[in-house]
Amino acid sequence: MELLERAPVELKNAFLRVLGSLGVPEGMLAILSAVLIIGTVIGVFLGLFALMSVMERKILARVQNRYGPNRAGPFGLFQPVADGIKMLTKEDLVPRAADKVVHFLAPVVMMVPALLVLAILPYGRDMVPVELESGILFFFAVGAGTEVAIFMAGWASNNKYSVLGAMRAIAQMISYEIPLVISAVTAAMIAGSLSPSVIVAAQGGFAAGFLPHWFVTTPWGFTAALLFYIGALAESNRSPFDLPEGESELVAGHLTEYSGFKYATFFMAEYIGMFAICGMFVTLFLGGWQAPLPFLTVVPSWIWFFGKVCFVAFTMVWVRATLPRLRVDHLLAFAWKFLLPMSFAAFLSAACWHYAGRGPAAWFLSLVVVGIPYLVLGLSFTSRFSVSRRTYLFSE
Amino acid sequence: MNFPGIGLLKGFVVTARNFLGSYVEKDRLTTRQYPEERPKLPENSRSFPFLVFDGEDPEAGMRCVACKICEKECPPQCIYIIQDRDAAGKPLKRPRIFDIDISVCMSCQICVEVCPFESIRMDTDYELSSFDRFGSLVLDKSKLLKSNAYYHGIHPTEASETDARIEADRKKKEAAAAAKAEAARKATAEKAAKAAHPPEETK
Repeated sequence: MELLERAPVELKNAFLRVLGSLGVPEGMLAILSAVLIIGTVIGVFLGLFALMSVMERKILARVQNRYGPNRAGPFGLFQPVADGIKMLTKEDLVPRAADKVVHFLAPVVMMVPALLVLAILPYGRDMVPVELESGILFFFAVGAGTEVAIFMAGWASNNKYSVLGAMRAIAQMISYEIPLVISAVTAAMIAGSLSPSVIVAAQGGFAAGFLPHWFVTTPWGFTAALLFYIGALAESNRSPFDLPEGESELVAGHLTEYSGFKYATFFMAEYIGMFAICGMFVTLFLGGWQAPLPFLTVVPSWIWFFGKVCFVAFTMVWVRATLPRLRVDHLLAFAWKFLLPMSFAAFLSAACWHYAGRGPAAWFLSLVVVGIPYLVLGLSFTSRFSVSRRTYLFSE
Repeated sequence: MNFPGIGLLKGFVVTARNFLGSYVEKDRLTTRQYPEERPKLPENSRSFPFLVFDGEDPEAGMRCVACKICEKECPPQCIYIIQDRDAAGKPLKRPRIFDIDISVCMSCQICVEVCPFESIRMDTDYELSSFDRFGSLVLDKSKLLKSNAYYHGIHPTEASETDARIEADRKKKEAAAAAKAEAARKATAEKAAKAAHPPEETK
């Protein structure tokens, strides 16, 4: 098990040693080492993307009591290969009136932040591609680049649906970035660092021998995790916040004028971005690569990390299967009138938890600090939409 | 008043129940996995017409006599018949060409209803797709002719009724022929008797 824990790093080192004994210069080896890490991370996430694209369809199908894709390969697992071939062989259309350079650049610009943010996630014990002191800051700063890409795509297409979709995307992403970042800050505040590795380390150990010290087990952490999760759904343009590409009203939003491999690149960047933000969610609140129970620590840490990421991605599909798309004004009202005050409450609650000594009393205090705003805001929201039995004027 | 958020949780429970239930209860999944799992067609299902023949040889046992009633009645006019002729040019009671264009046929079964010789019937084969738009969808006589045994296989009840009717017709015809023969025999006998004993004149 110890061997498996170190396997990815040891494999890389062994490979580099072999190359070194073959007379590859030292400077070359350092570059090769970086390339190997980058290649592995990108490869793993592309694999996850391929798996996700078919599993999402299968899960949605099962929720709707269908089989889902099961024709290509065993259990339809080769579906991504078929999709990829289809996407690659499609015609790449560029509208005549489009801004051709920006239209071409948009998918590339979309891909860059999605891949860059993968660098700072701790994938396992001592397995961080780039050990950055302010990793959380880097994640959100670079991650905001996707908004530029989406707006570039919408603007360059010179299509009213594209522009509408892009404008919705900007409104949505800017609104949801605030609760997202504030709820992330709570975790950084309690861990006392912006470094993802330190935040994960702060969630290690077990209370009473079996309860993990994950932030999600505390009232402020649970609230912040929910807020972060909702913000993450909106940031990755996933249902129920998929308004930018709401096909019932906007054709496909900013993707309307994209086809072939450019469309696939957008799709890929969106999914990799989704996995990245799932990874950030796991790092901040679900204990990163820490095992959930003491006796499970024998399982390699990177398996725990990717297991948790896949679980969070599964819940995102579950959410997609359950909730209908929001209306634009509801979307923004929800962000500004509910998520933002709640994220301040979570922030305050985390502070209370810290200064009350992080014990049972602190637990209770932070629950009250976060519970009262929730009830007040929640009731003020739900009381306006009273559900009553529908009465028919003429048919009964 | 409900606790805020309960409605959302209820929704998640519903989808989770459907998700897990689809793995446990097989009758939740209504999709039929077509090429592996074929539907059991009802006996009266029909696709396109075919021609029935009796016995082993399709040409010899062909019931069709090229009367062209089906051709005339066919609403979309998808049937094309040319009567066969012998070397002397005398029309024969069988078709030389019998084509049905199943890309035109609308499966109305009118040809079956009008056929006085129980010759044309509806098939149940529905896997007729082809790469050729025109040629392979026009079925000629060799493709249309199918045995009576095949007919019994796809429509047992209807085929038995048809056989019973043909048998009854045949018996009736035989009886009529026998009666006619009997009458003819009687007539000749009476004539002979009359010739032997001329009837006395009555006053």
